[in-house]
Amino acid sequence: MSQWLLLGVNSVSLGGLLFLLSAGFSLIFGLMRIPNLTHGSFFMLGAYFGVTLLQLGWNFWLAALVAAVGIAAVGGVIERLLLRRLAGQELAQVLVTLGLSFMIADLCLMVWGGDPIPFDAPPGLRGALPIASIVFPTYRLVVVVIAVVIAAALWLLLERTRLGAMIRAGVDDEAMARVTGIRVSRIFTIVFCLGAAVAGFAGVIGGPILSVYPGLDGDMLPLALIVVILGGTGSLLGALLGSLIIGFLYNYGQVLFPELAYIILFLPMLLILLFRPQGLFGRHVP
Amino acid sequence: MAFTLDRRAFLAGAAAAALPCAPAIAAAPPVRIGLMTVKTGPLAQGGIQMEQGFTLFLKHRNSTLAGREVELIVADTGGNPAGAKTKAQELIERDKVDFIVGPLAAFELLAITNYVEQHKVPMLSLAAADDMTQRKPNAFFVRASATSSQCTHPLGDYAAKEMKLKRVATISEDFAFGYEQIGGFQQVFEDSGGRIVMKLWPPLNTADFTPFISQFAGIDGVMNGFAGSNPIKFNQQYAELGAKAKWPILGGWTAYDDALLKSFGDDAVGAISAAWYSSEIDTPSNKRFVADILKEYGNIPGGYAAGLYINGMCIEAALKKTGGKTEDRQALIAALRAVSLTDTPRGPFHFDHLGNVVGTVFIRRLERKNGKLVNTIIKTYPNVSQFWTYDEKEYLAKPVYSRDYPPLKS
Repeated sequence: MSQWLLLGVNSVSLGGLLFLLSAGFSLIFGLMRIPNLTHGSFFMLGAYFGVTLLQLGWNFWLAALVAAVGIAAVGGVIERLLLRRLAGQELAQVLVTLGLSFMIADLCLMVWGGDPIPFDAPPGLRGALPIASIVFPTYRLVVVVIAVVIAAALWLLLERTRLGAMIRAGVDDEAMARVTGIRVSRIFTIVFCLGAAVAGFAGVIGGPILSVYPGLDGDMLPLALIVVILGGTGSLLGALLGSLIIGFLYNYGQVLFPELAYIILFLPMLLILLFRPQGLFGRHVP
Repeated sequence: MAFTLDRRAFLAGAAAAALPCAPAIAAAPPVRIGLMTVKTGPLAQGGIQMEQGFTLFLKHRNSTLAGREVELIVADTGGNPAGAKTKAQELIERDKVDFIVGPLAAFELLAITNYVEQHKVPMLSLAAADDMTQRKPNAFFVRASATSSQCTHPLGDYAAKEMKLKRVATISEDFAFGYEQIGGFQQVFEDSGGRIVMKLWPPLNTADFTPFISQFAGIDGVMNGFAGSNPIKFNQQYAELGAKAKWPILGGWTAYDDALLKSFGDDAVGAISAAWYSSEIDTPSNKRFVADILKEYGNIPGGYAAGLYINGMCIEAALKKTGGKTEDRQALIAALRAVSLTDTPRGPFHFDHLGNVVGTVFIRRLERKNGKLVNTIIKTYPNVSQFWTYDEKEYLAKPVYSRDYPPLKS
């Protein structure tokens, strides 16, 4: 019995981490229609930035924030210098972002070497908490809290601020937004930086669970894609629910259907693409 | 062939006659060694260490083996079969190498084994696929490290006889290296009275092992066969979920390789592992090897670096036997397979008739000593063959270890 409870709690925790990973991807794809295949690289690069700061003796949360700012800057440069020139050319965007992800991966290998680097959770959050009949790592519960805070902050930004209104206008009808005087191209840059920042932040937050190693980018990118296709692009609620669904499916699926380990996450994606291609909460039909 | 040699000899002779001052040695071209490694992508961790080990060996020998200069050609396969095939072709047909050292991964090796054998180029690889020296041997292949199951056989023996474990669950990546390690463990552990009650196979890129760890129950130990960066994640999560406090953890050489020690935290302390190499081995050549790797590269060497250093020693011993000649490939591979060394980083070893090593396997316990993590050797199994104590014919009549072989007893 306690095994199922453990899986349940872990599903929520993994869902929280997946939300942090995929929220940025969803935002960027929703507004800019850029299938950003460097998203996994942003996650990994954030983790590497974070672990470097931690090794210098920085506070964990400060390291996470600074890593996020650093990745936002990287994202801004990529958007301004490369993606800006490829507006509307999806194939070119896919190829450029894929190529960039290879370059970032090998750059990380040169700088940080090939060995996996473990992270510690912040002091005070390293133990485990008893929940009913199980003990669960404290830090993983904290990840859920962080995910909720980030979700709320992003929701407030999008729904309650002027910038958010402009972003939503851009998502809904780019041409009309331009006509009303919104500088959509600047919004694009802001959203790309924001999406990259959340991914970089997630890399540091995920560090104590995943550690950081060459190949982390490729492990995380498909998860972000699955979540976003399931939940629908450009929708925070979609990303949140998509993450939770994948969290539960991953945990219970691996135990109940071990033979389906490889496809269990892709099956719902397949069904969604067939029957509801805009995703559960997406506003666009691609 | 004979004609070319004659002509070359004639030209060299003519040149020597024309220029009495020219050094005679100029006629001998260098021995060409192609190193197939992985310097990019997720497998680069091991590949970089491989290159370090081989580079250090050549440095120790001043790039001269058996009186002949050595030319090293390093090829980065990218860690995939297609890349391995391309690089093998380049090394053999363009660079005309005399030896191939590498590749790293079994799936790379399998992609090139037939090709390399056809071209009669002696190949020394760490890749562990059992059948390379068992049911599908390559006559030009030598493996100085171990088959996948060569270390887990004695570990199964140790788990049953010394640790007195009765019911063990296994977990390893869902690929051939995992199947063969776990299969070897299961075979010997069950033959020694133990019982494997559960075998879990997480996909290679599993981010979170919690769903797997949560299934362990009714056991008194866990055996893992992880490799690459997974040991770090797995041991961390195994400890976090409280499993480590309940069941001792055992592992193969890649799970607790000495080169990984700097990445482990206290999560891995107490792990029992079996390996064909340990940086703790007390031989003069190992002391020198460990000290120089530390000095040059700043890390404790593990199996990847040591394996390549040892491959270099094998090439040297073979060249000494042939008097530095590499033209007769049959004689070269025969000399390579007849190599028997005592003072090497892994201690004494020789090869069996299939080209696989017979050497010591070390059982180690991961401990924290003076603030540092070390794999302390707690037992040695000398002269371990790839067939363990089984009869070779009977062993080869059985299928190769796989996901379902040996099967779980119901």
